[in-house]
Amino acid sequence: MDFELILRITPFMAEAAWMTVQLFAVTLILGLIVASVLTWAGFSRSALLRGFARVYISIMRGTPLLVQLFVLYFGGPQLGLSLDAFTAGCICFGLNIGAYISVGMRGAILAVSPGQTEAARALGFGRAQTMRFFILPQAAPLILRSVGVNAVILLKSTALVSAIGVVELTAAGQRFANATYQPFEALGVAAVFYLALTYLVTGGVALLERRFGVEEGKPS
Amino acid sequence: MTTQTQPMVLLKGIRKHFGSHEVLKGIDLTVERGKIVSIIGPSGSGKSTLLRSINMLEPPNAGEIWLNGELVNQPLTGRAYETHINAVRQKMGKVFQQFNLFPHLTALQNLTIGPIKLKGVSPAEAKVQAMELLAKVGLADKADAYPARLSGGQKQRVAIARALAMRPQVMLFDEATSALDPELVDEVNLVMKQLAAEQMTMLIVTHEMNFAAEVSDWVLFMEDGLVVEQGPPEQVLKNPVMARTQSFLRKHLAS
Repeated sequence: MDFELILRITPFMAEAAWMTVQLFAVTLILGLIVASVLTWAGFSRSALLRGFARVYISIMRGTPLLVQLFVLYFGGPQLGLSLDAFTAGCICFGLNIGAYISVGMRGAILAVSPGQTEAARALGFGRAQTMRFFILPQAAPLILRSVGVNAVILLKSTALVSAIGVVELTAAGQRFANATYQPFEALGVAAVFYLALTYLVTGGVALLERRFGVEEGKPS
Repeated sequence: MTTQTQPMVLLKGIRKHFGSHEVLKGIDLTVERGKIVSIIGPSGSGKSTLLRSINMLEPPNAGEIWLNGELVNQPLTGRAYETHINAVRQKMGKVFQQFNLFPHLTALQNLTIGPIKLKGVSPAEAKVQAMELLAKVGLADKADAYPARLSGGQKQRVAIARALAMRPQVMLFDEATSALDPELVDEVNLVMKQLAAEQMTMLIVTHEMNFAAEVSDWVLFMEDGLVVEQGPPEQVLKNPVMARTQSFLRKHLAS
C-alpha cells in the first residue's frame, strides 16, 4: 500500500468530502420539507391530496435514483429546465429521500394508539391540535429513527452525482484512481471518509434520540 | 329559567349501522340534570356504541342527540362541523375503558392541557384547579408522575379528573372499571360515587350490576341494538319484567 500517495491525496479528498457534506445537508433539509408535506397530504381529508401523496411515493420508490437523476439533469433541458449538476443533485435527492422519510413518518404516526386520538377529540381538541399536541410528540422518537436510517442511506447515495460531474468524494476518488493507476488507495480513502461521515450522522441521531426520545412514551 | 327544565341529555330514535349490520335500532332516552343512568346488557348489545354516539365519536346515521337544549348532531359539514363538535365535546366528559391517558404528559399536564389550550385558562390557574381535582381523586402526590408509573386504578382516577378539568355538564363512562384488576375497582367506583353525590349527570355503561344498583336513578337493559327494559334499578335489576332481562341477570349475578 502506498501511504505516501494516501497522505498526498487526503487534503484534496477532504475538500471533496466537504462537497459531499454540503450536498447531504441541503438534500436532507429539502427531504424533510418534502416528507412533511407528503405526510400531511397523506393524512388529508382531501382524496386528491391523499392520492397525490400515494402516486408520488410509488414513483419515487419504484424507479432507480440514478435514472431519476438522469431524467432531471439530462432530460430537464428538453423541458426548458437547465440546472447545474449540484442543484440537480440536491433537488433530485431531496424529492426522492422525502418520499422514503414520509413513509417512516406515516408509520410512526399510525403506530400511536388510536385511543390517543379518541381521548384528545373527546376533550374537544380539533384534528390539527390533536396531531400537534398528542400524536406528533408520541411519534417523534420513531420519526427520528426513520430519519436517521434514511439519512445514512442518503449520505451514501450522494455518490451518484459523480455520474453527472459533481466532484464529491466518489468522483475525486475516481479521478485520483485514473491519474495514479492506484485505485485501491484512491477509492479506499474515499471509503474511509464515507465511513467517518456515516459515524458522524448515526452519532448525531443517537444524540438527538437521547435528547428527544420520550422515555415515558409507552402506551398507557 | 327555561334551561332548568331541559333534560341534560335527550336521545331520539338513535340509529347506527356499520355496513349492513345495524348496531342501534332506534334508541330513545331522557337523562334529567343530576341523574345517573346506567346502561347494561350483553356484549355486542350496542351499549358502548350508544355512548360513543352521544359525543359523536361514532356519529349516528339517524336520530337526534340533544345536550341541555342544544342539538349535538347538527347537519353541518367541514369547518363549521368541526367548530361545533369541538365546542360540544368540551361539555361532555368521557372516560374510556383503556384510560387513554397521554403518556408523554405527567398526570398534572394531562389535566391542564385541555383547559389551557381549549379554554384559554392561564397555566397557573389551570394548575391550581388541576391540583384540586387530583386531590379529590386522591392522587395529589402523583401530580408529577407519568402514566407509565401509575397503577390501573390510579390511571383511571387521573382520567376521570382529566375529564372533570374541562368542567363538563355530563360525564360518560364506558366500562370504566372493566380493564382493572378486581382489587383496583373499588377506588374508581368510590370516585364515581363521590361524583354522584355531587349531582353530576352521568351515563354509565357497566357490567357491574351491584354498582349500577347502588348509584343509578335509572337503568337501561339493551340487547341487539334495542332497549329491552328500562326503569328504576330496584325494578330492572331486582324485579325485571322481561324474560330476557331475567336470564341476563341470572347469568351475570351467578358468575
